[in-house]
Amino acid sequence: MDWSFMLAHVPDYLAGAWVTLRFGLYGILCSLAVGLLCCLARFFRVPVLRQIAGGYIELARNTPLLVQLFFLYAGLPRVGIRFSAETCAVIGLTFLGGAYMAEAFRSGLEAVDRAQIEAGACLGLTRTQNIRYVIFPQALATAVPALFANVIFLIKETSVFSVLAMMDLMNVADTLRTSGGRTVEVLCMLIAAYLLILLPVSVIATRVERRLRYAGFGDQHSV
Amino acid sequence: MAEPILRVREIHKSFDSTGVLRGVSLDIQEGEVIVIVGPSGCGKSTLLRCINGLETVDSGEIWLRGEKISGRTRDLYRVRQKIGMVFQSYDLFPHMKVMDNLLLGPTKALGRPRQEVEAEALRMLERVGLREKAYALPRTLSGGQKQRVALVRAMLMQPDILLLDEITAALDPEMVSEVLNVVIDLARGGMTMAIVTHEMRFAEAVADRVLFLEDGHVVEEGTPEVFFHHPQTERAQQFLRSFTYASKRDKGEEQPKNNAGD
Repeated sequence: MDWSFMLAHVPDYLAGAWVTLRFGLYGILCSLAVGLLCCLARFFRVPVLRQIAGGYIELARNTPLLVQLFFLYAGLPRVGIRFSAETCAVIGLTFLGGAYMAEAFRSGLEAVDRAQIEAGACLGLTRTQNIRYVIFPQALATAVPALFANVIFLIKETSVFSVLAMMDLMNVADTLRTSGGRTVEVLCMLIAAYLLILLPVSVIATRVERRLRYAGFGDQHSV
Repeated sequence: MAEPILRVREIHKSFDSTGVLRGVSLDIQEGEVIVIVGPSGCGKSTLLRCINGLETVDSGEIWLRGEKISGRTRDLYRVRQKIGMVFQSYDLFPHMKVMDNLLLGPTKALGRPRQEVEAEALRMLERVGLREKAYALPRTLSGGQKQRVALVRAMLMQPDILLLDEITAALDPEMVSEVLNVVIDLARGGMTMAIVTHEMRFAEAVADRVLFLEDGHVVEEGTPEVFFHHPQTERAQQFLRSFTYASKRDKGEEQPKNNAGD
């Protein structure tokens, strides 16, 4: 191991991590919004929107992100629609992530006991109030593990951004490797960088899940 | 007789072409407590669920205080603000403290000020012996305590009528009376109620009128004295016998046939 080489290139990795994190975060936030909208369209059985959401989810989940990004970056300009690499990255990640987030929200909503929904209705709540105060908080608690799994999955997927010539972690490592040749050092640092980003997310996920469980969500029948 | 608070006329309800209610009619006067009994599957719960629109009737009409409430779908929530309902499974909201469970309906659905309802909620919790649980989470409560909270939650909406659907069916036997005593207290206070129960001694104690339902029909209707001690129909007699047991010491006596339930 060439430690001085590794130390000298820490700033490159920091810059790459910043790109990975920043565009990963944008994509994740947009994914949550898209996922929630799709899920609500299906839950409320909104005509047309519901079918669009269903079709979109299948399309997004059954095609690779790499292909989706190529389509945005290389395909669309052929028909005159041109986005910057960064925009393509966020749109692509959102396209993929939105579908996974929608499914996570759906699993949460479907896990809410029908009797809870009826109990809310019996209190004279409107459907919107019922969803906001009774159904959604319980659905969210159930969906949290899946949502966090998606966050981790999407941050890992950002490694595909390198095909857009974005200098994310993956591309930083790739450039160093092909120019300098210290493959082992370069890749060890890459792995360490992803771990440093994702391990804290995993720890936070575990804590939040435990907290929700012990705060009294979802174990009504255990007493 | 005064205009009944609730009027049910000839309602029919089928699930997958199986007739569950086949022309049930029923009037409830203000302050009256009616108890609906009958074998399981006879349509008791469906009747209650039709009254507050959890199920839609296939035909027939339901009127609350002179207003037709069946067949409407848009502002059903307004109707439900006047009809309280408590279920077998308590259905407290597990993510909210007892007090937040109690405040949700009155503050969000009725728009009443929080402080005013909170004071009222504390008084009612006191009355059912749960003042010290006001800020506990539902999962820390016993089944009997949860069901008392559920009753308070329904009552805080100040409903015109309260529907109770087998509210002690999921409870351990020693918790049944703590819940039913609350119901009797409410009945004494003049609350109008329609109660589905399998607790026959409670039914006798609380009812002004008993309805015996079987196969989606009202088979017999009468005061608790007559229904429980001198039932008029063969079916009702058979049903009531299913709650008694022959003693093993009465040798040679004919065993009562337990075929009313299923």
